Amino acid sequence: MLAYIARRIVYVIPIVISVALVCFLLVHITPGDPLVAVLPADASQELAAQLRAAYGFDRPLPVQFGLWLLRALHGDLGNSIATGRPVLAEVMRAVGNTVTLAIAAAIIGFTMGILLGLIAGYFRETWIDKLATSFAIAGVSVPHYWLGMVLVIIFSVELNWLPAVGAGPGGSAAWAWDWDHLKYLVLPAITTSVIPMGIVTRTVRALTGDILSQDFVEALRAKGLHETGVFRHVIKNAAPTALAVMGLQLGYMLGGSILIETVFSWPGSGFLLNSAIFQRDLPLLQGTILVLALFFVFLNLLVDIAQAAIDPRIKRG
Amino acid sequence: MSELPLSTTADAALQAAPATKARGYWATVGRRILRDKVSMACAIVLLLIFVSAILAPWLGLEDPYKGSMIRRLRHIGTSGYPLGTDELGRDMLARLIYGGRLSLVIGILPVILAFCIGTSLGIIAGYVGGKLNTAIMRTVDVFYAFPSVLLAIAISGALGAGILNSIVALTIVFVPQITRVAESVTTGVRNMDFVEAARASGAGPLTIMRVHILGNVLGAIFVYATSLISVSMILAAGLSFLGLGTKPPEPEWGLMLNTLRTAIYVNPWVAALPGAMIFAVSICFNLLSDGLRSAMDIRN
Repeated sequence: MLAYIARRIVYVIPIVISVALVCFLLVHITPGDPLVAVLPADASQELAAQLRAAYGFDRPLPVQFGLWLLRALHGDLGNSIATGRPVLAEVMRAVGNTVTLAIAAAIIGFTMGILLGLIAGYFRETWIDKLATSFAIAGVSVPHYWLGMVLVIIFSVELNWLPAVGAGPGGSAAWAWDWDHLKYLVLPAITTSVIPMGIVTRTVRALTGDILSQDFVEALRAKGLHETGVFRHVIKNAAPTALAVMGLQLGYMLGGSILIETVFSWPGSGFLLNSAIFQRDLPLLQGTILVLALFFVFLNLLVDIAQAAIDPRIKRG
Repeated sequence: MSELPLSTTADAALQAAPATKARGYWATVGRRILRDKVSMACAIVLLLIFVSAILAPWLGLEDPYKGSMIRRLRHIGTSGYPLGTDELGRDMLARLIYGGRLSLVIGILPVILAFCIGTSLGIIAGYVGGKLNTAIMRTVDVFYAFPSVLLAIAISGALGAGILNSIVALTIVFVPQITRVAESVTTGVRNMDFVEAARASGAGPLTIMRVHILGNVLGAIFVYATSLISVSMILAAGLSFLGLGTKPPEPEWGLMLNTLRTAIYVNPWVAALPGAMIFAVSICFNLLSDGLRSAMDIRN
């Protein structure tokens, strides 16, 4: 097991370096001068050259990458061009809000998905199955940013029950676990949960169906095991795969929150990314994407290790 | 029918056996999907949306660009404006139908491009194997390290707003996914006896890939690609919704949803209409892809 973990971690190193390379190169595929956001329109040639040297844009690309990577390893992702504050601090503060949203959505989406999937898989080919499957298909097909708008229309505009945008009263971005803040979380969390709900439902349904059609289930029933006991076996056998799918979904929620955060003005990493794009704040754009992608890589690593730990069938060779 | 034994005494079962065998795989798949009510309903809805988008200029619709300050944000069902008007007083019905043109192109084109590129890369990686396989597949792994929404937004955010950039960004997102599927099915087919036989009889690698591999892997890759169209539609409209795709005043569902967002307190249900179109196309493609998948799974 330890050897497997060690190998898996070693395998992550080239991925991390490549991810960093992609993030670094993103800035260099941008058309135009990366300094355009800080440079006044009437800046002299000397000033432009001075700034270019200050940001290190005058050196050859591999050298720039090496220096950037070295600084990034020390937690220095540069300063935001728009605000002048360190990128890492800005990103970490925003990521906290995204994690809050993703965990709330995961609780809703995974619970619903597991329940619907188990029910649909157990009552396969009945109307219950069809209903749950339709729900799942709608969940994976809905443009979630539009669903967010529709929920705002229903619960904020028409019914006036829940706030439409923001993460706290008075536009504050500081999170707290009380109802005043939680009611801001309800709509974004439900919106974020529909895709994982749909995917987990489909996965668990397929797993349940497969496991129930296996011979050992027949044997268990023939031995007189009660249906709740059969269910325990189903859950035990489905858990590793379902867990892997859910881990991946959690990663997608963390990394793909930009559309929902824009709809709800939720002050998370996606919202930050949005403003970085439109202010052409390239260090911030680069840093946010790097942090989110690394989160995703390490989450995948954790899922793999957890899966190997609970499932003896996975070959660790 | 000429293949059937001419004996008039042959019983029905004997006659039926060669008839079902004579029908090819794709003919069977076609018959199965034609019998599937859900798939056919989706196909009809998609056909209606496609045809009306193509024929939009000849449908006698209002000018989708012509606004009017005095008839802004009319409600659904207003006479002359069955689906109301948008924030600049333009006819919603016309804009939704015209909007299909751009929305469908930017949603579907990336999948078609990625299908061509990814299939080629995957088949080469799977058939040639060795170092080339390692090079292609390890590059693919790097793109897998990004959540797809993040990758699409990162690339189109870095490239800047524009239809072409959003198509490029989405193509880059889907190429690795299709490459991975193509590689794995190709590796499965590569060592089969008929490929070995073709090689033994002197066929070159290009001929084998084109004739023997392609025909046997294309179906699986195609079904996978159709399942990506739904995601691609949502992401393409999403990029426009963020302001990274189409520019105003072009009618496009994602962009319309964005500009109408300011109107949700005035006329909420008109503001939600463009999203309903994205949803309809996306769910129809998803169901059609599911139908195609189970129709191709002959064993069940």
